[in-house]
Amino acid sequence: MQGIVVRRILWMLPLMVGMTLIAFVVSHSVPADPVAAHLGQRSMEDPAIVAAFRAQWGLDKPLPEQYFAYLRNLTQGNLGISIRTHMAVAEDLGRYLPASAELAITATVVGIAVGIPFGVASAVRRNHWLDHVVRAVSLLGVSSPVFWLGLIAMYVFYFRLGWLPGPGRLDVGMAEPRHITGMYTFDSMFTANWPALVSSLRHLALPGLVLASVYLGLVTRMTRSTMLEVLASDYVRTARGKGLTERVVIYRHALRNALIPTITVLGLAFGDILAGTVLTETIFSWPGIGRYAYQSAVTLDFPAIMGVSLLIAFVFITVNLLTDLAYVFFDPRLRRAS
Amino acid sequence: MAVSETTLDAQAAPLRVQPPAALATHRTLATSVLRFLRRNPLVVVGAAVVLLWMFLAAAAPLVAPYGPLAQKIVDRLQGPSLTHLFGTDPLGRDIFSRVLYGGRISLPVGFGVVAVSLLLGGSIGAVAGFGPGWGDTALMRLTDMVMAFPIIILAMTIAAALGPGLDHTMIALVAVSWPRYARVTRGLVLSVKQNEYVHASRALGASEPRILARVVLPNCLAPAVVMATLDLGNTILTFSGLSFLGLGSPPPAPEWGAMVADGTKSFDQWWVSAFPGLAILSLVMAFNFIGDGVRDALDPRLRRGV
Repeated sequence: MQGIVVRRILWMLPLMVGMTLIAFVVSHSVPADPVAAHLGQRSMEDPAIVAAFRAQWGLDKPLPEQYFAYLRNLTQGNLGISIRTHMAVAEDLGRYLPASAELAITATVVGIAVGIPFGVASAVRRNHWLDHVVRAVSLLGVSSPVFWLGLIAMYVFYFRLGWLPGPGRLDVGMAEPRHITGMYTFDSMFTANWPALVSSLRHLALPGLVLASVYLGLVTRMTRSTMLEVLASDYVRTARGKGLTERVVIYRHALRNALIPTITVLGLAFGDILAGTVLTETIFSWPGIGRYAYQSAVTLDFPAIMGVSLLIAFVFITVNLLTDLAYVFFDPRLRRAS
Repeated sequence: MAVSETTLDAQAAPLRVQPPAALATHRTLATSVLRFLRRNPLVVVGAAVVLLWMFLAAAAPLVAPYGPLAQKIVDRLQGPSLTHLFGTDPLGRDIFSRVLYGGRISLPVGFGVVAVSLLLGGSIGAVAGFGPGWGDTALMRLTDMVMAFPIIILAMTIAAALGPGLDHTMIALVAVSWPRYARVTRGLVLSVKQNEYVHASRALGASEPRILARVVLPNCLAPAVVMATLDLGNTILTFSGLSFLGLGSPPPAPEWGAMVADGTKSFDQWWVSAFPGLAILSLVMAFNFIGDGVRDALDPRLRRGV
């Protein structure tokens, strides 16, 4: 068992290197010209300026050379300079990551905390009205375009009802809480800055719930179908036959086993949350890496695209590695095999 | 197919009382399909909605009251009314007509991307599963790497890099979709190639490419196609996301995602975003209804639980 874990961790290195190559090829060998995206019309007509721009960003060197230079810098933690923001990409990412993390954590927690009980209830009461409602809502969750849901939520709760604040992370004019993690809710809690905590929570509510909707739908559907499968199994029938109460059968026998396949899906579905951040952050003007990724992509800011793709991919791979480890933790059959 | 049916009939013949073979097969197929549909009303609803959208998209020039690009600035941003069922957008275009025409983009993009991804991913998966071990390792590692990128990030980068244009958006979507098909097809090929009939055709002297093309792949086709159907809704959803971000066709095109984006500039006029979004939702949901029903029907573990 440990062998598998070690191999998985070792595999991350070539995987990441391979991914730098893919990201590099995609962002560099393209028909669109980053020069045109960043220089004005006037400067474009001056060959000296164009040449200087190319030299500055290393675009005049052959691609393999550019790639190895990138890798060399990467080993020193240097992700290059963003053409758009003129800041170190690593620094940009460090600034935008906490906002996204806050959003993604909220969505994940809501998705799991609500999705699993709903999925269980739905499976236990199969074809009951509750089941139909849960199925319909979770299907709505996975079928809604998240950008549209965000707009509608903002229209209803901010524009019409005025219950929740609009775009941004804090009320206008409010000072940021002292920087500890960069996640405003945590920082304001640690520094006992209650007004900032309330404000940041209220700002987090809409984007967090909208982002959670997709994940919630997936978690509910997955829990429901694995629960149905498990409830039909022989050991559940045995447990019932022994005269155990329904509660014990469902929570101690069925749910524990149903959670095992669900966990893997939770990890894979985390990719949907990461993808959802791009759209959610764009709608809510949330200063996170999703919006940064979008702005970098449309301006062909390739050092930033590379950096943000690698960061997101790294997070995704790590989460999936952790879910695989959780799998071992939750499944005694795999634990015993070690 | 025909051969195996005859063989089955021949074996079953002594057991059967009288009915002519052809009639019997026909009845079982029809009844089982009917029974499936009766047990899964949602599949019927989903199929009806998809067919309706296909019809509306095909007949858009006949059904739509206005042209999708016809602007009438004096009528801009009007709320839903009898003259403009879904209202008008910031350029005074009729949103109902644009939504109908939008199906002419989303549906072909969905089917096209899924078909090409199935073909490309399927071929890669088939070669990986059937070919030599080193080829399998190399192809699957490549697949892992592409899959490790969250879909929209990679699609967005590719679409932005290739520049504006629907064909470029589709290339981006295929580029992120094929790995799933490669994985599934490889798995199918690996299990099918263990079968005795594969060894039999090898013993009969069939060449390896012939075995792959004529014996192994036809047996992998059905599950792969089912998976492709399940994927249609998601593909359309991702496409609309790219289109919302401005990475679909350039502006005047009546793309649903782009139309939702039009609404972000005129927040007060909810109808500008609401209706195109509902169009995406209804189509994706319909595909998911069908997908759920098919999955339930095909998964024997779930069937037992009924």
